[in-house]
Amino acid sequence: MKITKAEVDAVALLARLELTPEETETFTGQMDAILAYVEKLNELDTSGIVPTSHAVPVENAFRDDEVRPSIGVENALANAPDRVEGFFRVPKVIE
Amino acid sequence: MRFQPVIGLEVHVQLKTDTKIFCGCSTKFGAAPNSQTCPVCLGMPGALPVLNKKVVEFAIRAGLATNCRIAPRSVFARKNYFYPDLPKGYQISQFELPICQNGHLDIEVTDLNSISSGCQGGKEEATRAYSDVRRGADDEVNAGRRLKANSVKRIGITRIHMEEDAGKLVHSDIPGLGSGSGVDLNRACTPLLEIVSEPDIRSADEAVAYLRKLHQIVVYLGICDGNMEEGSFRCDANVSVMPVGSTTFGTRTETKNVNSFRFVKQAIEYEIERQIELIGEGGKVVQETRLFDPGTGETRSMRGKEEAHDYRYFPDPDLVPLVISNDWVADVALSLPELPEARRSRYRSELGLSDYDAEVLTATREMAEYFEACIALGAPAKGAANWVMGEVTRTLNEAGKGIAECPVTPERLTALLQLIEKGTISGKIAKTVFDEMWSSDKAPEAIVEEKGLVQVSDTGEIERIIDEIMAANMGQVEEFRGGKEKVFGFFVGQVMRASKGKANPAVVNELLMKKLKGA
Repeated sequence: MKITKAEVDAVALLARLELTPEETETFTGQMDAILAYVEKLNELDTSGIVPTSHAVPVENAFRDDEVRPSIGVENALANAPDRVEGFFRVPKVIE
Repeated sequence: MRFQPVIGLEVHVQLKTDTKIFCGCSTKFGAAPNSQTCPVCLGMPGALPVLNKKVVEFAIRAGLATNCRIAPRSVFARKNYFYPDLPKGYQISQFELPICQNGHLDIEVTDLNSISSGCQGGKEEATRAYSDVRRGADDEVNAGRRLKANSVKRIGITRIHMEEDAGKLVHSDIPGLGSGSGVDLNRACTPLLEIVSEPDIRSADEAVAYLRKLHQIVVYLGICDGNMEEGSFRCDANVSVMPVGSTTFGTRTETKNVNSFRFVKQAIEYEIERQIELIGEGGKVVQETRLFDPGTGETRSMRGKEEAHDYRYFPDPDLVPLVISNDWVADVALSLPELPEARRSRYRSELGLSDYDAEVLTATREMAEYFEACIALGAPAKGAANWVMGEVTRTLNEAGKGIAECPVTPERLTALLQLIEKGTISGKIAKTVFDEMWSSDKAPEAIVEEKGLVQVSDTGEIERIIDEIMAANMGQVEEFRGGKEKVFGFFVGQVMRASKGKANPAVVNELLMKKLKGA
């Protein structure tokens, strides 16, 4: 086994997913198969190769430090499920 | 058991750019909630971040000023976690390949070996002994008015990286908020540098010395406004303790977001004592995040809200690697302002000022520049130093102004200093002239002329005054001649008063001495 049920549960918690025991079972099997498949890559000797962070050889895309118009409070909040006085409203956090 | 604290600091420096790090929204403080937002900083699907070039330049400046190596290639990474102030569900930061590494700052420290230890015996004794040592150190600092620089200590800087700030959560003072929290994303995506020190710091005082130095540098560099109350410069402190002589660090706690030098000292001292006491009781320090409460001066556990830390960093595919050429670094190096340390040594060697004067004058870049403007205009160094540190600073403090807003320009102050130098007016009269300059635009020469303040060096006139005063105070004259030389001061005072402060003190001294001795 490449992955345990406990690890799947831990990943689900980090992703804020609520899984039923059956789903955990299913995903553990699926993820195990995926990891076993990807494991094949480990057969390649990659020592001395710089880790790839991007597939396209592009670098240094900059913008100048010049203010551009923001979209306005109404637009910013247009999709908010809940709002109050120009703020997004969320369930109470802290204390 | 004796204990040695081990401290490392993470400082977040908010950069003084006009716009955010990955979008063109303004970073101005105090705008209406969510009025400075756009699809990028709101985390809208499909919106793409583009790096603000000035942020990179500022990061290079910070790296050079703290003796770091600037990475020729660095990469942005996503730090994944959920919190309502983080709209994307990840913070764009740097992880494996930060922009600066392996730097250091030298701080001046007092040699108080015992500062960091408890003593033999039980936990109460240990903490008490520690507090006593602490108090002793405070007294010494107070007595000397400032830290006596006994030695220089090098604090390593592990890394400096660029990242975006999160939004702001508001839990009260919003009408109709009810039981929720308000989210304002104006601050989301504001550029930050995180500056991480090595665990080289051994006491709360060293921590404060390091922070003050770093604060002074980022403000001098013009990359941060340094406003700690508004959160532009804030600090997380990693603190652990280990038995003296041990080489293995103890378990550390991280105290978050302490935003004043005083609070940093309090938070670290509290945490050291708490850990020593805990170990003395046979307990174990738990690795955790703690919050400092300025009201009680204590730190408390944030365990309740903490998730297992697993940020799953990976390179951000939306941002291309950052490649910095040697030429770019060299250009930034050329544009760096002279830093406080270099200025201080120049003031000592070229201007002949004392350590103390050099330190006070370089406390802020504005003050140093004001002082140097006077020197460039031909003011005498020592005189300018005394006036800038004395009369100018005092009057500014009384008016609640910064030196950049000083109504007496370096030009006018220099003219005043030159009047003193030429003997046209005395130092005392100069203070009257200075007050007049403060509230008007007049040149000092004009004020002196208008008010008839020119110093009297004419021996005839001064002699006349001395004669009158001696005649009116024959008793004291006899006392002086009888050997009571202290009375001399009385005569000087009388003559100066009679001349309304205009008599040249050197001439007065000389003539008085001659006449009193009966010549």
